[in-house]
Amino acid sequence: MADAVRAENVSVIYRPRGSRKLLRQYLQDRLTGRHNEGFYALHDVSFAVPRGEGLAVVGANGAGKSTLLAVIAGLLEPDQGVVQVPGRLSTLMELGSGFHPDLTGWENLRLYAAILGMTRREVRDRADAIVDFAELQGYMDQTLRTFSSGMVLRLAFAVAVHAECDVLLIDEILAVGDAAFQKKCHRRLSELRDKGCTLICVSHISGMLESLCNRGLWLHHGRAVRNGPYREVAADYSAFISGADRHLWDTLPAAPVRVSG
Amino acid sequence: MRPSNLGFLTAELVLKDFKVRYRNMSLGVFWSLLNPLTMMLVLTFVFTKVFQSQIPNYPLYVLCGLIPYNFFTLSWVTATLSIAENPALVKRVPLQTALLPLVAVLSNTLHLAIQLLLVLALVLWYRLPVTWHYIWLPVIWALELLFIYGLSLATSSLHVLVRDVRYVVESINLVLFWLVPIFYSFAMVPQQFKSLYEFNPVAALVLATQHVVLYHRTPPHTLMWKMTLVAAVFLLAGAWVHARLRSRFYRYL
Repeated sequence: MADAVRAENVSVIYRPRGSRKLLRQYLQDRLTGRHNEGFYALHDVSFAVPRGEGLAVVGANGAGKSTLLAVIAGLLEPDQGVVQVPGRLSTLMELGSGFHPDLTGWENLRLYAAILGMTRREVRDRADAIVDFAELQGYMDQTLRTFSSGMVLRLAFAVAVHAECDVLLIDEILAVGDAAFQKKCHRRLSELRDKGCTLICVSHISGMLESLCNRGLWLHHGRAVRNGPYREVAADYSAFISGADRHLWDTLPAAPVRVSG
Repeated sequence: MRPSNLGFLTAELVLKDFKVRYRNMSLGVFWSLLNPLTMMLVLTFVFTKVFQSQIPNYPLYVLCGLIPYNFFTLSWVTATLSIAENPALVKRVPLQTALLPLVAVLSNTLHLAIQLLLVLALVLWYRLPVTWHYIWLPVIWALELLFIYGLSLATSSLHVLVRDVRYVVESINLVLFWLVPIFYSFAMVPQQFKSLYEFNPVAALVLATQHVVLYHRTPPHTLMWKMTLVAAVFLLAGAWVHARLRSRFYRYL
């Protein structure tokens, strides 16, 4: 079966001084020749996920997880390597990007659905199902300002999981709402995956992650240090964060690879 | 992003801008009219009472210049900021960033429509005829929209990289007020500058509007050709600049 996502030798270099925002600083850095200093946020990362499978991306803060998602989503062009995503892509990277507190629940629903790539017809057909899923019947005519933060997240999540997609990118948002709602989200994601949607999740190790994802990818200072079945990758990663396995530490890169000039 | 979704997405984003701007104002859309009305009264006082201008129907004359000028400056500034002020859309969802300045320009077009109704009201007040020449108005405004979109595509992309662009835009807007025939007439411009003056797309828009609304005639062909040429050049240049810089937005926001 064809791969839904394929990344080959992907590298991303961040140059903190290369993204100065004022002309004065830009000229300063040009003159001092420091504008090219940087490091590899992702270094030679390759992986493939077949259709209908789930990949969990784990790693410490700053390991490159969010950068990897941005590259897969096409938001960030890698400096080296290629990422191929032939199908339709939807993102759950920051719930409610584009939500506005002065708009009503309905207005935000339509807007967010449009941003996530739904057509007018799809929104019309699915609006009721989305509201049912979010359990927000009777609230949708009020402005978002009056919603609790849990209600806002539920609405955003409900819209996102009703978008048609071949690949769904999920960033740290599996903790939405109360335990009952989380269970429902989890069930919905499993359904999507069983229908052939490929999941790529960035999250902390949890039982939920294990049942959604059969593959694991462990990033450390921008390198893919483990890539394989979820259980094996998760076991190594757990051993690493608990400090149980001192030998493991020695095999890992100590810092991101620096670049200059 | 599928093309079948682009129209719906654009409409939703424009509507959002419009609703958000007016929902918290008790006077609602009347704010759109207050600014041109006040400026019209002040300019009319200064140029008919202080300086004795010979231009007939002076308030209407002022509005024909002021409304296009206001539309240009406001939509250019908001469109220039549109990409830099929406990191949540640029960095978190796969969205065509070229859409953001377009949305900013289009949502200002809704204000423009309200203000053009004011022009129409004054036309009726002065008992001027509404002739078939009015069909030129959509044409010249469409050319102007294309020009502003092209210009904003370039400045909004540059603004992400260098945040000084905003101040350049605002300064140009201030200077531009004097290079558009708002309170003086085009006839007063010295002959040797007239041809060049018409290449200013905002001045050209004002002139074309005056031809239609005040003098009931088709805008001159040379003027229309200049507007078309300027719109095409800016659209191509804007698309080129945006395509060149697009891949750097994520890192700079």
